[in-house]
Amino acid sequence: MRRRSARYIAGRVGLYLTVSAFSALLAFPFYWMFLATFKTDRDLYDLKNNPLIFNDHLTLANLKLLFERTLYTTWLWNTFVVGVTVVGITLLLALPAGYALARLAGRWGEPLGIGIFLTYLVPSTLLFIPLSRIVALLGLQDSLWSLVVVYPSFTIPFCVWLLMGFFKSIPKEIEEAAMVDGCSRARAIVQIIMPISLAGILSAVIFAFTLTIQEFVYALTFITSSGEQTVSVGVPTNLVRGDVFFWGSLMAGCLITSIPVAILYNLFLDRFIAGFTVGAIK
Amino acid sequence: MGKVEGKTSVPGVAAVPLGGAAARASRRRLLDRESFLGPVMILPAVLYVLALVGVPFGLSLYLAVSDAKIASTGLGHFVGLANFTSVLRSPTFLRALANTFVFTLVSQVLVLVLAKILATCLTKRFYGKSIVRFLILLPWVAPISLGTIGWKWMLDSLYSPVNWVLQALHIIPASSWPMWFGVRELAMASVIGVHVWRLLPFATVIILAGLTSIPKEVEEASAVDGAGFWSREFHIVLPLLRPILTVAGLFGIIFAFTDMTVIYVLTRGGPADGTQVLSSLAFFTGILGGDLAGGAAISLFLFPMLLIVAVVMLRIARRAEVA
Repeated sequence: MRRRSARYIAGRVGLYLTVSAFSALLAFPFYWMFLATFKTDRDLYDLKNNPLIFNDHLTLANLKLLFERTLYTTWLWNTFVVGVTVVGITLLLALPAGYALARLAGRWGEPLGIGIFLTYLVPSTLLFIPLSRIVALLGLQDSLWSLVVVYPSFTIPFCVWLLMGFFKSIPKEIEEAAMVDGCSRARAIVQIIMPISLAGILSAVIFAFTLTIQEFVYALTFITSSGEQTVSVGVPTNLVRGDVFFWGSLMAGCLITSIPVAILYNLFLDRFIAGFTVGAIK
Repeated sequence: MGKVEGKTSVPGVAAVPLGGAAARASRRRLLDRESFLGPVMILPAVLYVLALVGVPFGLSLYLAVSDAKIASTGLGHFVGLANFTSVLRSPTFLRALANTFVFTLVSQVLVLVLAKILATCLTKRFYGKSIVRFLILLPWVAPISLGTIGWKWMLDSLYSPVNWVLQALHIIPASSWPMWFGVRELAMASVIGVHVWRLLPFATVIILAGLTSIPKEVEEASAVDGAGFWSREFHIVLPLLRPILTVAGLFGIIFAFTDMTVIYVLTRGGPADGTQVLSSLAFFTGILGGDLAGGAAISLFLFPMLLIVAVVMLRIARRAEVA
């Protein structure tokens, strides 16, 4: 009995140690960004100081520089505009497709859905060269609209797949009852199915939005002028210029963008993961 | 999406007002036919994706056999396989090809092993689990270019906290802090390390989903039969986990094989193309170098790997459907 409890305690200690080590390693860069955001330059650039703690008073100078003397707010606004427009286009196309694949396509629904999902896996690094030519032909180079046109190519496949799974989880009988009562299919979808699917639709919105915030390759390829960039490209390319590093402000820009995205994402993570397991879990 | 009639109409066909009633009724009947409504709802999404994935893919096949430059507006002239032969003769390309495989394999082995350990921990109950969950997910959910910038400073600067900690632990001497991005091996290790950091949360939550789907009775029964921890891990848990480990591995392979963000932000492929991979080389050649045709030829080398992964994925999905 005593041996077992000693073993139990050892197990618990091991568990806490492992979990703490993983958390510390994975979250460390964000802790570092937090430190650098509020450190004074004197503190930041003194090699004798312990870099892992504050050695001087805290400062808001880095934040002030970021918001007042860089294009950070412009990049935030650009990201927001692209995000909202892309989410709109995505919902417009993915909602009907997801529903139809779940309900109307019969035995073709599943394979077609998987096929659409697989296009999500075609990476931007395979397509950015031809797309840059297409963007140029459309006269959209160096414009936010190039991103608005291209981003749905990866948000639609993902959201169709996500919504298809969601609509499948709603009992068929709900629409069937409405349709027996004389309601048309289209009307049943809009008035009955959509309202009870708000949770699924919201998760699709969040994912489409966060995927556009995270995107880097297309934004780097299509857009060169700083004023048209999004946060994920603007911060790393403009705040690091040659050998002049605005480290404090750079880290502040990273931190302020990352944390809200992380929180949003976290709320809907389980659904996201369910989309990725491709039926390997029953 | 199907049209909904004006707000005045009550449910039912009979409620349609007089003018144009026949037309409306026939449209409504058409929308009620599932064989018509289904394709109408699916097609727009499929067409959009085809236009922006299928068409560019076809175009990249063409560009790869042309002499298109970024400066010229047209599509260039047909030059046969000239781009491929010149690419295959380039030592930089061969280095990038080898780097891509090293980068993918090493990072995925590390990710899967570490993710399995972390996921096993997360099946247990402990205090502060929701905070731990938030912290370990950060690398995956935060924009990767920004997370990588954090690492860039932590490794490559006069004020590197990583070096400071290593020195404080007496692992490296104060006199010679390593230049993480100055030596090829160290640069490669940094790039792989950041990638493991980035993909570990994703693999962990997928494996965790797999672990929680194993019925408790299976483990309990084997424990009662006297199987120890390791024997249970290798004879029961891992075999049951195989499909989900495969899925996590396949996604990881795609993400690692095709990624250029980490390398672009961290090392720009340097030192002297030492960490160049296929996708970053395609970017430097095709976009920054202006040689669209050459870049397209390089990035097409990503395709066979994608095809293999897609086929394996389809097989898993089909098996899951049959079961």
